Amino acid sequence: MSLASSKALPKRSHVLEDTLHGISETLERGLFAEEISLRRGLLQGLDARVKVLATLALLVGVSLSRNLWVILGLYTLAFGLALASAIPADFFIRRVWLALPFFTGALILPALFITPGPVLLHLPLGLVITQTGLNSALFLLLRVSTSLSLALLLILTTPWNTILSALGVLRVPDVFILILGMTYRYIFLLLHTANDMFLSRKSRSVGALSNANARRILASISATLLGKSLNLSSEVYLAMQSRGFRNTIVTLKPFRMQRRDWLWLFIFLAVTGLAIFLGR
Amino acid sequence: MFLNQTKADWKRLGIYYLILFGWLATTAMHIPDGYLSPLTSLVMLLLVLPFWAIGLRKIRQTMSARSVPLIALVAAFCFVIMMFNVPLPGGTTGHAVGAALAAIVLGPEVATIAVSIALMIQAFFFGDGGILAIGANCFNMAVVIPYISYAIYRIFSKGTPVTSKRRLAGAALGGWVGVTMGAFFAGFEFGLQPLLFKAADGTPLYSPYPLSVAIPAMVLPHMAVASVVEGLLTALVVGTLQRFNTKVLEGAENPAAAVEATGLRRLRWVWAGLAILVLASPLGLLAPGTAWGEWTRGELTRLGIKSIPAGMDQLSGLWGAPLAHYNLPILGNASLGYILSALVGILVVVVVVWLFMTLLTTGAGKREQKP
Repeated sequence: MSLASSKALPKRSHVLEDTLHGISETLERGLFAEEISLRRGLLQGLDARVKVLATLALLVGVSLSRNLWVILGLYTLAFGLALASAIPADFFIRRVWLALPFFTGALILPALFITPGPVLLHLPLGLVITQTGLNSALFLLLRVSTSLSLALLLILTTPWNTILSALGVLRVPDVFILILGMTYRYIFLLLHTANDMFLSRKSRSVGALSNANARRILASISATLLGKSLNLSSEVYLAMQSRGFRNTIVTLKPFRMQRRDWLWLFIFLAVTGLAIFLGR
Repeated sequence: MFLNQTKADWKRLGIYYLILFGWLATTAMHIPDGYLSPLTSLVMLLLVLPFWAIGLRKIRQTMSARSVPLIALVAAFCFVIMMFNVPLPGGTTGHAVGAALAAIVLGPEVATIAVSIALMIQAFFFGDGGILAIGANCFNMAVVIPYISYAIYRIFSKGTPVTSKRRLAGAALGGWVGVTMGAFFAGFEFGLQPLLFKAADGTPLYSPYPLSVAIPAMVLPHMAVASVVEGLLTALVVGTLQRFNTKVLEGAENPAAAVEATGLRRLRWVWAGLAILVLASPLGLLAPGTAWGEWTRGELTRLGIKSIPAGMDQLSGLWGAPLAHYNLPILGNASLGYILSALVGILVVVVVVWLFMTLLTTGAGKREQKP
């Protein structure tokens, strides 16, 4: 999460609860993305390779554009695509714009004042908002939100194993894709394991937990988890060998470009080209 | 940027710093898309590539096929550990990266791969951290933190038994310095943006803060929170492993000798030097005049040389460089052109070296294990 929590705690530590909450939230997000990717919608019906390429192209378009209206146009496009792909609009907006004010918005706030340029507005305390400051703040906010929206479109409308296979188009080596896939799978296993450990520790603790104790518990859970991961890796290796893994990696590439896929690839690339041209 | 400020401006600057510090103290180091120009992202990706090559090569030397599940599980572990809320003395909580711990257990070369994979999964499947910015994020968190933490841990632990207290100190300091340096590099990348990428009217197009703001704003809060979390968690976990599972701590030490022998360690400094040189390349603009010995005909005349060898006269028009004077006129920005030229040069070198290393490491012919 780009927004890390760092808040003052009362005397009693809620570390275990917070971590449990974070873990279950991540599990939920994984499930939710999976669920949306199975719905019927515009992007769900497209070839994953088209989506990966289009996402990258549009991201480059967003980051190259020097015109706010062009970036705004691309955000509108992303929003339209979300609506056409059965992604709940409120979720799509909330996911991007709720965290944004805390991170990017706060970060950009001082830039409104300290960027030298023509004065736009006088505020008390001798502060001034400059035109260049405002523009640069808008650039950053729009770029970050549009990029995140585009990435979310890919993530939400494509099952993760299909994204993995599609990464092969980008010449990502097979061994890397294999490791990525296994990592994704085991993230969920380790999240469940960590969840169980936290829950069992919590159900055995009575009363308030001091910070020092919470730290000790965290450390032993982390160390145990690390030991478990390493053990599991040798077990997985043995399992792979016993099933005949001979260092050759075969990834399923269940792709067939249809006419519609080519059409949309062309549209996305044309939009990118147009955005880069208009946003020069 | 702030060289010609009046007293009132400095006071104002102080207030902004305060706001910025407060907010940045709550942030992790994951750079989202939109903060860095695509060019910076590309340069950072190129800087990470050799470290990936080194990591994959090391894996092949020491672990072969066993490495696939090992890396997958350590990457998964790093991902999970990034979610733990670690309470600090004093009441704040923060998240660790886990990169220092991965380096202590696997060695920095392999840790780079594992942490990179965790970061990619965050970017590609969870939307945390940018997709274009993946190179920058991997450099700051998967290269800088493991290598620096491990170096410090090694200095402290050299010649000590596995259960020594000195290792705890090394782990704590390693984690702290590692994350602080990672934050420094992130601040440096942010700070370069307004220097290099501005609209015609001076509007910064990406992260707007100059180096003088971005670096302290990234480094100071991290020194107080995130770095402490990393150091603390690393030391605590190493301490727990010392009591219950010392085998894990011995893992990284033996393969290290193998890397020592390959001479890769020396190569690493070459890459680091190269990185600094690319980033510093716009400094060339500050130097007056032309590099010694690279005068054109006109400049030679101005320098007072009357007779120019006829051969030189004939040959001077023979070769028109594609990036003459390290500048692309279309860009209309000298610094940008300079960086771009450095980039193109490095790109060519990297591609050649990359090909060379790939040929070298896949000599045995296992197609599927190409980096």
